[in-house]
Parts: sequence; C-alpha cells; structure tokens
Amino acid sequence: MDLTAFAAAVGATGQVTISGLGMRGGPVEGVRAVRAPSGIEWVQADEMTMRCGAGAPVADVDSALAEVGQCVALPPSGTVGGALSVGHSDIRRLGYGPVRDVLLQACYVSDSGQVVQAGGPTVKNVSGFDLCRLLVGARGTLGFLGDVILRTRPRPLHSQWYTIDTDDPFPTFTRLYRPASVLWDGSRLWALIEGHPADVAEQAAGCSLTECAAPPALPSGSRRVVAPAAVGSLTGDFVAEVGIGIVHHAEPLPSTNPVESSVTKLARRIKAAFDPSGRLNPGVSVG
Amino acid sequence: MTATLAADLGAALSPDRVRVGATELALYKRDASNLEGQAGVVCFPTTTVEVQACVRIAVRHGRPFVARGAGTGLAGGATPLDDAILIVTTKMNRILSVDPVNRLAWVEPGVLNLDLTRAVSVHGLHFAPDPSSQQSCSIGGNVANNSGGPHCLADGVTTAHVLGLEVVLPDGEIVQLGGDEAEPTGYDLRGAFVGSEGMCGIATKVCVRLTQDPPAVRTLLMDFASVEAGALTVSAIIAAGMVPAALEMMDQLCTRAVEQYIHAGLPVDAAAILLVEVAGLPHGVEADVRRIVEIGTAHGAGTVRIAKDEAERALLWKGRKNAFGAIARIKPNYYLHDTVVPRRRLPEVLKQVYEIVERHELLAMNVFHAGDGNLHPLLVFDKREPGVMDRVFAAGEEIVRVSVAAGGVLSGEHGIGLEKRDFMPLMFAPIDLDAQARLRHSFDTTGLANPNKVLPSPASCGDLQHVPEGAWI
Repeated sequence: MDLTAFAAAVGATGQVTISGLGMRGGPVEGVRAVRAPSGIEWVQADEMTMRCGAGAPVADVDSALAEVGQCVALPPSGTVGGALSVGHSDIRRLGYGPVRDVLLQACYVSDSGQVVQAGGPTVKNVSGFDLCRLLVGARGTLGFLGDVILRTRPRPLHSQWYTIDTDDPFPTFTRLYRPASVLWDGSRLWALIEGHPADVAEQAAGCSLTECAAPPALPSGSRRVVAPAAVGSLTGDFVAEVGIGIVHHAEPLPSTNPVESSVTKLARRIKAAFDPSGRLNPGVSVG
Repeated sequence: MTATLAADLGAALSPDRVRVGATELALYKRDASNLEGQAGVVCFPTTTVEVQACVRIAVRHGRPFVARGAGTGLAGGATPLDDAILIVTTKMNRILSVDPVNRLAWVEPGVLNLDLTRAVSVHGLHFAPDPSSQQSCSIGGNVANNSGGPHCLADGVTTAHVLGLEVVLPDGEIVQLGGDEAEPTGYDLRGAFVGSEGMCGIATKVCVRLTQDPPAVRTLLMDFASVEAGALTVSAIIAAGMVPAALEMMDQLCTRAVEQYIHAGLPVDAAAILLVEVAGLPHGVEADVRRIVEIGTAHGAGTVRIAKDEAERALLWKGRKNAFGAIARIKPNYYLHDTVVPRRRLPEVLKQVYEIVERHELLAMNVFHAGDGNLHPLLVFDKREPGVMDRVFAAGEEIVRVSVAAGGVLSGEHGIGLEKRDFMPLMFAPIDLDAQARLRHSFDTTGLANPNKVLPSPASCGDLQHVPEGAWI
C-alpha cells in the first residue's frame, strides 16, 4: 500500500494526532489530526493472512474475511488501526487470543514522517526485534500505523452461547475444552462454545448448560484487569472474563495496577527513542 | 584483568560457580551452531539477585555479558564474543508455582521445556511450544529466541505463551514485564523482550500460559509422488478452514534416513510424506481427518496411514523429532537452515533449494513445518572434505536469498543471532533496522548485553563488529 501521502500528512514537525472512527476515545483534542489509509489490499485464505490500511473499519475486514470462511481476532468496532493501537481484546480472548498476536507486519509512519516496516508477512517469523508487539497497545505514541498484515483464523463451524446459575465459575470453566469465552457475574455464568455441532452440544450437556441467545450486556463503567485467580472473589456489579481476568464494572474504579518505577523509566526511554519531541499523540500516556 | 573480574564474580556467587579454566571455557565457546567465540568467564548464578550481581559486575568492568540456557540455539545467539562473561542459567531450574485452574505457571529460566510439560501433565496441561530440542532446551532460551516447534502451527510460538517476565535489565535493575494479568498498563514490554536474544537483559522468572491437552488426537501419514503434490495438499488443507495441530513434511532422502533409524514402516519410495496431527474434541477431529484424507487423495496421496494407537503415534513422531539424529548415517556433519516462505510458494522454493544444493555438489534433506511454510533445509556433508564449508555457506546464503525473494522471512524459529545478522538488510531497510536498534538501546543503555548480535553494524550505532572465525555471514 502506498503510504506516501499519509507519511507526508504526518510530516516531521509539529504536534499531530491520528483519528479513526472515534470508537475508542478519538484523537487528541486541539491537535492537527491525520487519518490512515483504509481499504483492503488482499486476503489470502490459504496463507490465513490479509493486508489492509490501518484506517479500514474492522467491520469491512470481517465482511471480506467472511467470504472465505475466516475472521480476525479484533474487537468488532472502529478501525483496525484503532483496535491494534488500543490493544484491548474482546470477550472471545480466551479462545481467540489477545490482539497482540494478530499483527504480523506493520508499516507505520515514524515521528520523522518516514515509513518504517516492522515484522514480516508470514504467519511465523522471528527475524529481529518484535516491534509489532510494541506497537500494539502503544496508542499511537511511537508511530502511526499505516498498513498492516494480520493473521486470520477459520470461522467456527458452529457457535453457541450457553448459561448456568453458579456462584463458583471455576468448576465449569475447568471442564470445558477451549471455550471461546466464559463470563461470570457472581451468580451466573455464560460460555461461548464453538466447533463441530456435536462437540458443542456434548460440551454443554457435560456441564448442564442451557442454551441462551446472547452474552450479558457488559457494564460500561470501567474495564479493569486482575489476576485470573482473583476473579472468584470479585464483588459488586460486574461481568468478569473467567480464565483471563478482565473485569467489566458498572462503576468507574481507580487503577489497582500501578506500574513499577523502573518499568516506567524503561517505557519513557522507549518513547524518547521513538518520538523524542513528543509530537505523536501528545499527552497520551502509556507508562 | 579477567582475574579481578573472576574474583569479583566469585565473591558475589561462590568461587565454585565461576569458571575460568581453559577446558571449561572451551566447552562454552559456542551454542549448537557452528559459530565459535570465546568466553572470558563462565558463571552459574542460582537466583535473580546473583544474576543482578553478575550484570552489575559486568557493567563495572565494562565487559560484555551473554546469557545462555541449555545452549541448544542454532543461530549463535549464545556464542560469547570478545571474552564476554557467560551467564549460564541452567542452575535456575525450579518450577515456582503452577495454577492449574487458570492454566499458568511461574518458572525459572533454566527449567527444561519438556520438564515443564511433564510436571503439569498431571493437570491435563502442557506447554505448547515444542522445539525438536524440547528434551534439552530451556524455557529461558525459548523466550530469548521466541522458539517454535511442530505444534506451533495451531497454538503459536513462544511469545503467545509467555504472559510475564522478571528481567534483570542490562543496567542491573530488576523489573517485571507483564505478569499473570492479561493487559498490564503501558507498552507491551513483555512482547518486546521475547525474542530479543539476550540483548535486552536476562529473564530470571517466566510466567507461562499452559494449554489444555486435547481430548482426542489423530495422527496420519500421507505419501506423495512429488514434493509439489504434498505442498499443494498443505495449502488446500489450510484454505479449507482447518488448522491441524501439526502439519509436517519430510522429503525422500530424509524419510529413508529416518526409516533406517526407527523402522516405522515409512514409505521410502515416496517423494514426500506429510505427517498431519489433528487435535481437539472427538467429532471435530474425526470430521477434519475425513476432510484431510479427501484433500490428500484429491492431490494424489498414495497411502494414508492413520496411527491406530498412542504407540504408533509416538513412533511416527519419533521419526520426525529425531530426523536430525538419523542423518548421521549419511554424512557426519550437517547445517540446519530455518527460513519461512508463504505456503503457496513452498513448491517453487523447494525446487530452488534442490537446484542450489545440486549446483554446490551437496546433499539436502528437507524435514519441515510445512503448515506454516517454515523450511528447514538440512545440508549434510563431511567437513573433512577440502573446501566443503565454503560450498555449505554459499548454498546456505542462496537458500536465504530465495526464501526472502519469495516473500518470506529470514527465520521462523531459530532467531538471527550471529548466523543471519548480516542478512537482516535483505528483509529490512536501514530505517527499519534503526527502529529495532532504538528499541534495543532503550533496554540496554550500556550496550553490554550480548552485543554484536541480530543487528548489522550500521544499525548498532557503530559498535565494533566482531565476527568469529568460521562464522557464516
């Protein structure tokens, strides 16, 4: 994908921010905004890879992949670039893996307005330092994603949500084989089971689960992360991702996860190495 | 100078865990690659604090240091250069905790890959990355090289199975990167560290994700009259929406060597064999096996052999995992390569590999992870033949070049180390390498952590490049 115009728009001087569809907080206010190219360049079903502009909506990518029976493990809304830059997985993380494992190659525009390639086009690659994983979740503070190659996966043959009332999520969680998602709100559990229809039915029956139409609405007050073992002792109005430790709370909660200071120093050194003048998404902190 | 250094290290650890004898230094002058260097001191810390002490002493003496696990790396990543301090983590081999419910464990870096799987198998769990060296390679080395293995097709390489790390940074600070929490605040420093080949610090504890053992496993072997037919079968299986647990190919020369070694009744007249493993829940596994057999048959598979029991399955895998040992029957030496190409380009790249080795009057066997396009051409030779090493290196370089030219990458699971350092520009422009160097220098402000690996000279900020004798560059 030709990123010349995008790189020129980012330029080499002055503060700049990147905007997508505004689903994850939007661009930094009061700063000149640029947009990454959209469009799907190719889908290679037999490689299980696809290439698109970072500005492509996740929904468009999903439609294109559906035509070849595949999907990508990104949360469903907004742009591909936004999903990668924020790096938050959706509720299928248990089965589909974290967002960081999706990005195979990124061409991004650096603080000096140049196009840099990170990673490689194949599903397996350990050539050099893993800049792709550094970029996922970096919120555009190290470079702006221009185009990306993503790892895709087969769409499940069959997919069904189930539920059961329980005040302990772990017995059911332990008995299920690789469910796509297990959610729990303190008194009720929901499980997304995928695969061959007969296997799905047997799994559900083995745990006395009842079919249901959909997972619960996720409380939107806050999304916080706890150790997966701590899920069983949560209180209040919440829906927790069992086996993962991501908790959706009704109330906004203060962060309980302060980062150690040596890690913060390291993060600052990385920011300073990639964007010494702090012009990319100014004010956005990932430390 | 080394005497003072060794005395300082001996005071911090204990004198018996700091070695400077000529014989011991000779044992540690290389990893499992052909690239030799020279260590100044070899030390064996047993705790994080001792690793920290080693690193601080290295910094104080301005001496480079190199972390080493079991030394099974194939790219020279753990080869010590310039009288470096070799920090060997094999004595840090405790499994610290296992959470069988949430399927994670904290381990020290010297724990052997297969020992971890054995320890958690009682819970119906395993550690998914399974390099062929899994009986002898360490988790710390897996982290450093982001190692793979046959079963990484479905489950991903090491980075997908590492949740957190305790690391001694090159300035001696101890940090925790990631952890058992799914999305720690800030940059994914855990992700940046995995695969950094000892150039960003030394991992002293690793939090790994454990994977459920599949309730059902079927292993089948299909043979083909051409390598191309086998490769097309691989692409067709993936395109049909299946991701087998493993999808391995062996060519005829390799199959014959292995058969002589294990007597498994392998089809030695076939040009290529595919070893396919399907794992999961029983109905899905049976359905996939049926479709895979249909696809194989449609692509001209000769016989299809489905392992009838665990013993037969183990025998088939023994052939695959011990293929490299079997090769000693043909020639005494081998050089194992590791590149990745898009699956659809496998037939043409394999054809080129055969042409290259023929032109250089060598023998090549191919046994590789076909499912993810990860080629492992194995050049076999007798190094006593005059001039043979030059031909081996020349052929190797051509194989790397044709792989990258076909849209592939330099390494799928062995890493870059010294072996492929100077090929990095085939894949990356100077500006790309500069970005990698910035990441490296953010972690290693001292420049002493395993210097002169991975990044070629322009990207390593003018560091003096030291290439050991016999290095393939």
